[in-house]
Amino acid sequence: MSVESGLSTKGGRSWEAWGHWFTAQRGLLISLVIFAIMFGFYAWKLEVGLSASMVNTAANKGALLALVAMAQTIPVLTGGLDLSVGMVFVLTNCLAASVVNGDPRMTALGIIVVLITGLVCGIINGIIIVYGRLQPIIVTLATGAVFFGVALALRPEPGGSVNFEFADFMTTSFFKVPSSVILLLAVVLFIWIPYRRSVLGRAAYAIGSSEHAAYMSGVPIARAKIMAYALAGFLAAIAGLLLTALTYSGAAKASLGADYTLNSIAAVVIGGTSLFGGAGSAIGSIFGAFIMRTVGDLLIVFDINPVLQPLFVGIVLLFAVSLGSLRLLRIKNKLDLYR
Amino acid sequence: MTVGTAPLLRMEAITKRYGGVRALEDVRFECDRGKIHALLGENGAGKSTLIKILAGVVQPDSGQITLDGQPISFNSPAAANAAGIACIFQELSLLPDLSVADNIAITRPPMRFGLIDQGAQRRLAEEALARVGGEDIHPLAPVGDLPLSRRQMVEIAKALARTPKILILDEATSALTAADVTKVFRMLKQLKADGMAIIYISHRMHEIAELADDCTVFRNGRYVETFAAGTKSDDAIVEMMIGREYSSVFPPLPEKKSGGPSMLSLKGLSWAGQLNDINLDLKAGEVVGLGGLDGQGQRQLLLALFGTLIGVTGTIEINGKAVKMSNPGRAKSEEIGMALIPEDRKNEGLMLPMSVRDNLSFASIEGFSRFGIVDRKAEAVAIDDMIKLLNIRVGDIDGPVASLSGGNQQKVVIAKWLMTKPRIILLNDPTRGIDVGTKQELYELLRRLAEGGAAILFYSTDYDELIGCCDRVLVFYNGAVVRTLEGAALTEHNLIASAHNLPTSTKAGAAQVFATEAAS
Repeated sequence: MSVESGLSTKGGRSWEAWGHWFTAQRGLLISLVIFAIMFGFYAWKLEVGLSASMVNTAANKGALLALVAMAQTIPVLTGGLDLSVGMVFVLTNCLAASVVNGDPRMTALGIIVVLITGLVCGIINGIIIVYGRLQPIIVTLATGAVFFGVALALRPEPGGSVNFEFADFMTTSFFKVPSSVILLLAVVLFIWIPYRRSVLGRAAYAIGSSEHAAYMSGVPIARAKIMAYALAGFLAAIAGLLLTALTYSGAAKASLGADYTLNSIAAVVIGGTSLFGGAGSAIGSIFGAFIMRTVGDLLIVFDINPVLQPLFVGIVLLFAVSLGSLRLLRIKNKLDLYR
Repeated sequence: MTVGTAPLLRMEAITKRYGGVRALEDVRFECDRGKIHALLGENGAGKSTLIKILAGVVQPDSGQITLDGQPISFNSPAAANAAGIACIFQELSLLPDLSVADNIAITRPPMRFGLIDQGAQRRLAEEALARVGGEDIHPLAPVGDLPLSRRQMVEIAKALARTPKILILDEATSALTAADVTKVFRMLKQLKADGMAIIYISHRMHEIAELADDCTVFRNGRYVETFAAGTKSDDAIVEMMIGREYSSVFPPLPEKKSGGPSMLSLKGLSWAGQLNDINLDLKAGEVVGLGGLDGQGQRQLLLALFGTLIGVTGTIEINGKAVKMSNPGRAKSEEIGMALIPEDRKNEGLMLPMSVRDNLSFASIEGFSRFGIVDRKAEAVAIDDMIKLLNIRVGDIDGPVASLSGGNQQKVVIAKWLMTKPRIILLNDPTRGIDVGTKQELYELLRRLAEGGAAILFYSTDYDELIGCCDRVLVFYNGAVVRTLEGAALTEHNLIASAHNLPTSTKAGAAQVFATEAAS
């Protein structure tokens, strides 16, 4: 994660610099530790040992939610929320099951069409929110319904198909590293970190921190918000592509979209991003997503009825959120509670 | 730097209305390179509106602005920045979650390969901080974790990092410590020598006397006069601002009373190293001031009394009975009868989008309720009385309180608490950023309340106020009371000396020392 910190430890005060870095990344580090403990436990309890295919399955399940959660993170950083990410995920899945087909050229073109569709969905969200001056929650609730309607129109019945080479490529492993993990890494390296260090990425944090102060500082607020939702749509489309590769089909299932939307918010919070905006990281959301998925695996190895998974996910969510507010116990002035 | 014949900035015939309210009417203003131009006027005189126009926050309805002879107009703060105008606002424009370096470079971050160059940004921040004298601030610290005075220094560094042609300071020193003010003044004089045009707004006359080359006075949204600094007496300037004869601002102090039982008595109050062994006896009818440099524990004392601090040791006695102050609800209860007028009226005093009426009755709403239902008639009567008592100028009592001027907002905060009929009134720097006229009304109100039997604890950063209003003043230093000044010993010189924990002079009122000089 040192790539993200951009620390220059030249000169003195480097310990202090590390202290500030640690404070800024605390949420991310907490989620990383929780995930490491949970996964370690899982691997240890598993009598047969971890096989490559098990890692692959676990990674694939986690990567879907991780991508949607990364998508959710960016609007949340601006102090907004995107309730349509799950529906963009479903819509692009349905679309991919139709267009990512045929010879390699057609397949590549299909992939591009799917990604652009996600991007356009996000841009629509951003434009309505910025120029309509509307609340992100209600805008994305409405557009989410519209996106789902389009998905249903595209694919009233589950079905469709996908280019097999593409599907295999997305679900295999390279040197024992699942390609879904490589995909996540690529998204972090080529989308998240450049975004985090761009002017519009910085602006997203600034808006979430204090929109008024951001405006007074001459921050490009409209562009930064549209970019945030556009990127959310784009990342959700990547998740939609991965889902198509995993299932070889598309399905317009409302419950799937709603599930992913709500779970993405939970993963964002577990990953240490503040719902008030201004602080957090999409990398934390990846761990947040994997934590939520590992709960299910742990239930299996402990022989607990998997029906109870939502209950345990809820407990983990509460636990993670409480960790974030531990510092409140140290407060000596009650007014600090309301800052 | 070549100085042309035309001034750097010229604003002519500027008019701005908000709805039916006239904020500026046919106003002109000029400022030039290498000059510090002070803009004076009461609150509501139109200074802030003029600054907002220059900063691109609002657009004038009519009028011309020329910069370097070129006509200009800004439709956003970003455009004003690009033209070389940087503003340091009273209300901070900082992003609390971002680091100091991020904040300083937010407008134009240094770029490399299309991305923000973190190393260059950090160096830029370090240089900017060093220029304003804030080397103690770590560039990677999150701004939200810094105390108010440090945040203000970051705000100044941020404006400077943009290398503006025109620098505007709107009450920028009000949150600074005296030592910081000295550093900032030295920096401003240097910038002036380097040829920058500086527009300076402050309610502190001695700051203007020290800094300004020219002064322009506004009154009621109109231009009054521009004159060279030092050519008019303070009294004459104040008359120009308020537009009427300026008599003594402070009501006469009453004869010293023989005393009586104390209403509030503190023994050995301490908290978290910021309050150390505070002892105090406050009697009915007394106005006791809390003095000293900013941030020496005065605010913490008021907060401790009002029940927002955890882990306070020592005893608090109300009318001779030891009580535990657990929260503000308890502090305002019938039994204790305490009220705190907070310093930050926008966050702690008012619910800005709600109506004047709702704001006024918030603290006392239980008194007008039976079984949880509000008696609207009784509420309306009490509100009317309060508006008359404090002479609050409200257009529409059901309009949002945010639409009132600063002085009237502060009156609403005070009225809100007076409606709980408090016996002990705590005031936390209530006149900060308020015009002279309203201040005068407040001083008279304080006296009337004290005569009516209230006990008042009054923290102020304005020494004149402490001298003019208080029966005695406790001077704080490092969380402890180092001296109590009263009667003839209550002078500006002694206040400043005590604030720096120096011995006091016996020559009452002989020396006219400014806080900034004493600190340097």
